[in-house]
Amino acid sequence: MLVLVLACLVFGFANSRFIQPTNLSIILQQAAVVGALAVGQTLIILTAGIDLSVGAIMVLSSLVMAKLVSDGGLPGIVALLVGFAVAVVAALLNGLLVTKINLPPFIVTLGTLSIFTAATLIYAQGMTISLTPGGVLTWTGRDISLGGFHLTVGVLMMLALYALSAYALRQTAWGKHLYATGDDVEAARLAGIRTNRVLLSAYVVAGAVFGIAAWILVGRINGADPNAGLNANLESITAVVIGGTSLFGGRGAVVGSLIGALIVQVFDNGLALAGMDPNYQVLAVGLLVIAAVAADQWIRSVKS
Amino acid sequence: MSLILKTLSNPYFVTMKSGAEAEAKKVDLDLTVAAGKTDGDTQTQISAIDDAISRGDKGILITPNGDAVNTELKKARDAGLFVIALDTVPNPPSTVDVTYATDNEQAGKLIGQYAAERLDGQKAVIAMLDDFNDQVVSVDVQRDHGFLEGMGIDPGSPTQNGKEQKTGHYTGGKGGDYQVVCHQPTAGSIPGGKTAMENCLSANGDINVVYTINEPAADGALQALADAGKQGVMVVTIDGSCKYVNSLVKDGKIAADAVQYPGKMASLGVQAIAKLASGGSTPSLPAGQDFINTGTALTTAQPVDGVKSETPATAAQSCWG
Repeated sequence: MLVLVLACLVFGFANSRFIQPTNLSIILQQAAVVGALAVGQTLIILTAGIDLSVGAIMVLSSLVMAKLVSDGGLPGIVALLVGFAVAVVAALLNGLLVTKINLPPFIVTLGTLSIFTAATLIYAQGMTISLTPGGVLTWTGRDISLGGFHLTVGVLMMLALYALSAYALRQTAWGKHLYATGDDVEAARLAGIRTNRVLLSAYVVAGAVFGIAAWILVGRINGADPNAGLNANLESITAVVIGGTSLFGGRGAVVGSLIGALIVQVFDNGLALAGMDPNYQVLAVGLLVIAAVAADQWIRSVKS
Repeated sequence: MSLILKTLSNPYFVTMKSGAEAEAKKVDLDLTVAAGKTDGDTQTQISAIDDAISRGDKGILITPNGDAVNTELKKARDAGLFVIALDTVPNPPSTVDVTYATDNEQAGKLIGQYAAERLDGQKAVIAMLDDFNDQVVSVDVQRDHGFLEGMGIDPGSPTQNGKEQKTGHYTGGKGGDYQVVCHQPTAGSIPGGKTAMENCLSANGDINVVYTINEPAADGALQALADAGKQGVMVVTIDGSCKYVNSLVKDGKIAADAVQYPGKMASLGVQAIAKLASGGSTPSLPAGQDFINTGTALTTAQPVDGVKSETPATAAQSCWG
């Protein structure tokens, strides 16, 4: 949080345009898709897992949604539900391979990353799909003006996902079981938690979240693009890690991931505004990501 | 024979694949298709070349993902295979028997000249939406530089994007002052184009000319412009797919589009290999050229004097043929 505020101050001083409401709104819009994905990724990482296929699931789901409407002529709401189903089934497949066959999540999702990407390319033939605005699918891209700010339905949806998942993780038995399972599966099992069921539920809930991310993506670009999610897998993991969730599971909070996603977007946008040489821009984001995590660690060690 | 493409995540290469398949059927050649997993994936291409050699193929058609495949291509030629490049001229061009490609620099030049003419002496505030910013890809550089040259701006470097003077005087059309506001990466995708345009607009709201590497990037840029309520911004691009020629170009939202002909590259390539395999000779190169240019044309709904163009309806008849 401190890093985010500091970064905003620095970029704000460097360029007065950065702090303009329109630019801040744009940062939120740019962060909405990865921010939403990071909610699902956090749930999985909390179980001591990792999902390398989140971007692939989202892109597949978004293409199914858009294509069913544009080529299939189906009503938007039906396409949306089918798209959600695709995301949930894909995530469920990951979860089943992890829990039933006991494969490491890293290996499972490395494999399904290829499978879902290939399925997307076979289905789309590389083509982008454009939708006419005004339908159910593009509703997430609708502009909502608040003072000088332009949020979209997608941004609010992403924020709502954070509120909901933070509540579920903190206040429900399911959330406590999830933390316990991620911290130490064996101990959790001995304590009477049905750990496989908890793990599977994390994947399924995450799948639904990826479906919502797909919906936000379709709204953002008024259609679907098979090349859209190239970096989304790693970006979502980056956001979670910067947000302070432990890759070893059991520790962290979902809200951190929102801050993580925003930090990355703020750096991207701020450096672009500062007109930094593009090659150095990529380098700088990498350095700043490491610095952000190091600063976070330092603050923790001082606190404890 | 083998067809080895850059990726199959781009309809351009998918079109090339179907063009080659149709032609291979005509000349009765077996065709095996392989492709890199992402743009720049040379390792998968090298394995595919290996496979072609061990299968005893007559020839290879390849859109090389980078210079790293050159050694392997030489191995294939030493093994007696004919090697023809499509779309991308290898470095050096003599790595292959012959190349059929779009002159990407020429394509960029066409949209640059168009932009300069249509500005009619006004100040140009330019956003450059490139493909990548973390790797040098020849097509990316050639198009970017072609556009600047067409505008009458010195690119400042033979091999890198973003090295031009940021402000100065352009000499294309009637000439005038210019300012280059940004170079942003798009990965050639709609969301990439949208994010890039948003960042550029935040940096400078007066942008009136947008160069984009391809149509999906232009599509994303137009959405960002629409969201920001900007009208009358000239967006130019390179691709010429049927989908965009019949929509955004026809509607005048993409002001100008340089069209290329991947289907033609593929069928010419297959024919050349068939001819070589039956004892014919290598197609000869035009004087002063290191590849056979399959041509580009400028299409626009609002033609300007001084730059030859065709209507979107005409372009649609041969889109990606």
